[in-house]
Amino acid sequence: MLAVTVAKRRGAFDLDVAFEAPTPGIVALFGRSGCGKTTVVEILAGLLAPDPGSVRLEDVVLVDTAAGYSLPAERRRIGYVFQDARLFPHLSVRGNLRYGQKRSPAAPHTIGFDEVTELLGLAPLLARRPYTLSGGERQRVALGRALLSQPRLLLLDEPLAALDASRRAEVLPYLEALRDKLSIPMVYVSHQFDEVLRLADYVVLMEAGRIVAAGGIHEMSLRPEFAAIVGPDAVGAVLEGVISDADAARGLARLNFGTSTLLVAAADARVGARARVQLFASDLILATQPAQGLSVRNSIAGVVRGIREDQKEAQLVTVDIGGASVLARVTRDALDSLGLHLGSPVWVLVKAVSLRSHVV
Amino acid sequence: MHDFFGAAELDALRLSLAVATRSVLCSLPAAVLVAWLLTRARFHGRMLFDAFVHLPLVLPPVAVGYVLLVLFGTRGPFGHWLYEHFGVELAFSTNGAALATAVMTFPLMVRAIRLSLDNVDRGLEAAARTLGAGALDRFASITLPLMLPGVLAGAVMAFAAGLGEFGAVITFVANIPGRTRTLSLALYTAIQSPAGDALAVRLAIISFTLGFAGLLIAEWLARRVRHWLGR
Repeated sequence: MLAVTVAKRRGAFDLDVAFEAPTPGIVALFGRSGCGKTTVVEILAGLLAPDPGSVRLEDVVLVDTAAGYSLPAERRRIGYVFQDARLFPHLSVRGNLRYGQKRSPAAPHTIGFDEVTELLGLAPLLARRPYTLSGGERQRVALGRALLSQPRLLLLDEPLAALDASRRAEVLPYLEALRDKLSIPMVYVSHQFDEVLRLADYVVLMEAGRIVAAGGIHEMSLRPEFAAIVGPDAVGAVLEGVISDADAARGLARLNFGTSTLLVAAADARVGARARVQLFASDLILATQPAQGLSVRNSIAGVVRGIREDQKEAQLVTVDIGGASVLARVTRDALDSLGLHLGSPVWVLVKAVSLRSHVV
Repeated sequence: MHDFFGAAELDALRLSLAVATRSVLCSLPAAVLVAWLLTRARFHGRMLFDAFVHLPLVLPPVAVGYVLLVLFGTRGPFGHWLYEHFGVELAFSTNGAALATAVMTFPLMVRAIRLSLDNVDRGLEAAARTLGAGALDRFASITLPLMLPGVLAGAVMAFAAGLGEFGAVITFVANIPGRTRTLSLALYTAIQSPAGDALAVRLAIISFTLGFAGLLIAEWLARRVRHWLGR
């Protein structure tokens, strides 16, 4: 458990947040630029003192202003991967990696040099100097350096924000590998939802120095506060399930979640793997009877659980499809002509190819 | 060398090198500390301290030499104490010349070091902190190596300037052959004597060569270190 209750005033900016996130796993601090995410991680790292506040990780108190206690940053054992990597320019990649390792406590070494270089593909870079590395390579070295300091918590402050799309695609799989192979709790700061979608277990939505909602990623994706942050085009429920059937020849996989299944276009799916998909609200079609004679691959029965005002003439309908919910954007006119209201049975139609899917 | 340069020139050259070396070696750690205090530390009277450190740049060197004579002369408060406890005599000695040179070149050194300390990315120090490095450790492993270009530049500049320090040296430790008669003092003495023209020319050539070499070495070192730091 990572329990955070902190406030900080910096000039006109005012931060006041409290959340408790499960550990291990990845907690995403998600919000627009300037909402105070970095301030939170700086306080977690001990680089910034909260005005009043306390931070507790498992049974270790990191800071508690009420008790007048603050563990110095250099003794917190919290790895910090900065947006700009911050590799030491006078040291080689190897020197950078060893820097934190040499200063970590001798006893509980959970991750070794070879394991880290293997996991992050750093072996060919060891003798190089930071200024010869690409942006993606720098972030991988920064990750390795933080890991080798044997952290009990890893802070990732927009580690991909300074990279272009292809570099981001290069680093993301390494982050996923870390999450899956190590049991180090992580706090991941981002304003890019696709990163959060791929990585996070628990999402803290922030806006203007406040937490507007916090919880599991499925639950958060249904919230109006989430829509307010990502904008209308990216609104859509995130579903997590298990691949029960993979048809590589046709490039289709069957994703099971709750009591429902979904056909997903995913060529590389592996049976038994966990996967996440986001169903964009504007890609969903609602019908009062099952689909026939349509190209739509998914036709799922559900019940209307909520209707809320969206932008302009549209309405967002929350449909419970058995153990999970999805969001569909329909016009007010369509809503009226279908006669949908709370409790109405409804069919949700989803094209398999329209899913932003990711196999975890 | 002995064919062209006589004992007087070699003596003066040897003395100048000894004085400049001692002065740089002794003042460098203090200059790093003062540069750090002036750049990073917050304390009352920082502006006064800053002005005090830079005083030798604007004071007449003779005045600095006189103040040193009053304080570090055999009967001066510090000079007396040093002699009583350590048997060190600064007045009219080579070490005294080094002290006068150090005081005069100190502001040069501090300025060069401050410039490079200002350029050290505080974010790297924060990163070192999260990796478990305490304050002294961070300074030694991150800050100092990154400010090395400035430290080296400051040292070489101070060394080159120290070879020719005149006013403060002649006032504090006089002009004693073999003990305090450095290059510039020997040059001055040669110019003052009726038959000293040839000697003066040779001393001037030595001074010119040393100064020029110093500047070249400073530039070369700075390039090497910048390259090493990857800039």
